[in-house]
Amino acid sequence: MRLISRIGGWFDERLQIAAPIRDAAEHPVPRNTASWWYVFGSAALVVFILQLVTGIMLALVYVPSAGEAWNSLQALNHDIALGWFIRALHGWGSNFMVAIVLIHMTQVFLFGAYKFPRELTWIVGVFLLLMTLGMAFTGQVLRFDQDAYWGLGIGASIASRVPIAGPAIVKLMLGGPIIAGATLSRFFAMHVFVIPGLLIGFVCLHLLMVLKLGINEWPMPGRLVRRATYVNEYHALTRKDGAPFVPFAVWKDLFFAAFILLAVAACAAWFGPFGPAGKPDPTIIQTVPKPDYFFLWLYALLSLLPPSMETPALLIGPVLVILGLLLLPFLSGEGEKSWKRRPIAVLTVLLLAITLGTFTHLAEYAPWSPQMNAWSGASIPDQFLKYTSAVERQGALVFQVKQCRNCHSLGENGGERGPALDTVAMRLTQDQLIRQVIQGGGNMPAYGKNLSPAETTALVAFLETLHPRGQAPARDASRDVVLGERR
Amino acid sequence: MSDQTTTRRRLFMKLGILFNGFAAAVLAVPIGRFLLSSVTRGRANGYLSWVSLGRLSDFPEGETRLATFRNPLMMPTDGKTVDTACWVRRVEGQKFQVFAVNCAHLGCPVRWFPQSGLFMCPCHGGAYYRDGSRASGPPERGLFEYPYKVDNGLITIQAGEMPTPGASVACTERERPCA
Repeated sequence: MRLISRIGGWFDERLQIAAPIRDAAEHPVPRNTASWWYVFGSAALVVFILQLVTGIMLALVYVPSAGEAWNSLQALNHDIALGWFIRALHGWGSNFMVAIVLIHMTQVFLFGAYKFPRELTWIVGVFLLLMTLGMAFTGQVLRFDQDAYWGLGIGASIASRVPIAGPAIVKLMLGGPIIAGATLSRFFAMHVFVIPGLLIGFVCLHLLMVLKLGINEWPMPGRLVRRATYVNEYHALTRKDGAPFVPFAVWKDLFFAAFILLAVAACAAWFGPFGPAGKPDPTIIQTVPKPDYFFLWLYALLSLLPPSMETPALLIGPVLVILGLLLLPFLSGEGEKSWKRRPIAVLTVLLLAITLGTFTHLAEYAPWSPQMNAWSGASIPDQFLKYTSAVERQGALVFQVKQCRNCHSLGENGGERGPALDTVAMRLTQDQLIRQVIQGGGNMPAYGKNLSPAETTALVAFLETLHPRGQAPARDASRDVVLGERR
Repeated sequence: MSDQTTTRRRLFMKLGILFNGFAAAVLAVPIGRFLLSSVTRGRANGYLSWVSLGRLSDFPEGETRLATFRNPLMMPTDGKTVDTACWVRRVEGQKFQVFAVNCAHLGCPVRWFPQSGLFMCPCHGGAYYRDGSRASGPPERGLFEYPYKVDNGLITIQAGEMPTPGASVACTERERPCA
C-alpha cells in the first residue's frame, strides 16, 4: 500500500490533479437529488463510452468501401470470433443511447432543470441530442446494405427539396452525382471522426457546467426560480441539506450504469446484430427499404402528410423544432420548476410521446404501402367464391391478376392502402363500382386503359357479390324510377 | 519592462495573429475547393454522358422492361453501386420512354406490374401509369425520364446523376425529360 501511495504521490506532484478531482467528486449536492430519477445522464455517458470502445473494435475489421463494406460486415458476423457480438453490442448500444438521451431530456424538462442558471447546459444538451441522432443515421449508412443504400436515396431526395441550393446539397452529401464509394467514405468520416469529436467536446462542456452550477435540486411545488435570488438559495440549500456527491449519490449512478451495460449485453446476446440485409446492389429493385427504429416515425409522417404539405413540413418543421428547443430556456427561464404545477409541460410530453409512439407503431406494418406480393401470394378465401356464377369467378380472377389485392384486402389478407373490400357491395352501387374501377379517384389509379369491357363487367360482377349473406347490396333507388325497371 | 516595449510586443502579437489569418486564408481556398469539388463538377455538367442500354431488339414493342447501365463516372471503391437500373418502355418503333427506377417522391425503387399497367413504390405507396404519369399516392409528379436516342440499333440514354425531386426547375415539367 505504501508503495502505491508513493507512486501516486510521485505522479500527483507532477500532474497536480488529485485535489481538483477530489473537490469535484465530493462537491455537495442537495440530499434529495440522490434519486433514481437522476441516473439517466450518467447512463447516457456510460453507453457513449461503450459505443466508443465497440466502435473502435469494429473499425479494426470494417472496410469503408462501397465494394467491400458489406463483405467485411459478413466477415465480422461469421468469420471472426465474437465479431457478431461486438456488432450487436454497438447496434443495441445505439438504440439504448437514443432512448436514454430522450428519457434524460424528458426528465430534465419535467424537473425544470433547464431554467436559470442552467440554460446553456440545456442548449448544449440539445446539440448532444442532434449529434446522437446524427450518429444513429450515419451509423445506419455504414451498415452498407440495401436499406442503407435506399435510405441514402431518401435522404438525398429530402435534401434536394431545399430551394435553390438543393442539388448542390445533394452532391455535397453524396460526394458525387450518385450514391457510391465516395458517399460511404464521407459518412464513415462523419461517423468516426467528425461527430464523435464534437460529441466528446460537447459532453465535456455539458459535464463541466453540471459541476460548476451544481445539479438541479429536486423541484418543490411553489419554490419559484428568480434570477436575483436563485444562486444564493441553491447554495444555502446545499449547505443546509447537502451531501457529498461521492459516495452519497454516486452509488445509484453506478448501479444503474452497470444495469444498462448488462441490459445492452443481454439484448446483444439474445437478439444478435442488425443485418446487414441484402447486398447494396442498385439493380436489385425487389426491396422494401425501411429506416431503423428511431426514424420509423419519420417514415410514417412522410406517408401520411398531404403531398402539398410535405416539402414545407420537411424543410421548416425541423428548423422550428430545433429553434423551439433552443429557445425554451429563454421563454421560461424563471418560475415554477415542479411538473406538478406545469400542466402544459406534462401535456406536451404526453402528446409528443403518444404521437411518436403511434407513428412508430404505424410504420411497423406500413398500411400505406402496397403489398407487392399479395396478388400472387394471397389466394381469394373460399367463402368469397361459394355460390358464385361463372362470370363472377372470372371477375375474381381479374381481381387477383390485376393486382387489386396489393392495395385491397379480402378476408383480412392483402394490402391496406385502400379500404378492405369484404363488404364493398354494401357501400357502392353497381354504377359506382364501375366508375371507381375505370376512373379511379380518391387515392386509386384509374384502370380504364388496362381492363377490357369484358374484364370490367366480370370484375364488377364479382365485387357486387361482396356483401354479408342475408344483407342486400347497395342499390340506386332512383334507377327503378328513371329506367322503369322492376326487380 | 518599459511601456514602449509592451506596446511593441502587443503590436507584434497583433501582426502574428494577422499573419496566421493570412495563412488560414491561403489554406482555406484549396480546402474549400476540395470539399466542394463534387458540387462544382456537377454545375459544369461534368457528370452527364450517353450510355448504352442494349440493342433495340431487347425491347419488344409495347412492353416495359428493366435495363441496367453502368454510371459513366466510376471510382475504384464503388463496387456494385455504379450499376443502375431503369425501366425502358418501347412505345412503338423508335419511340421510347426511359424511366428512372427512383420514385419521384423519395427515391425508392418502383416496380412495374404489366398486368395492371402500373408502377408501384414499396415505400410510401406512390403509383404511376405505364406512361410514367402520376396515378396516386404522395408523389407530386410523374416518374423521372432520361433523354434517349436510338443509334445503330442501340438505345442510349443520357445519365450520370441520381434523379431527385428538387433536381432542377426543368425537371418539374413532364415535357422536358431530365435525370
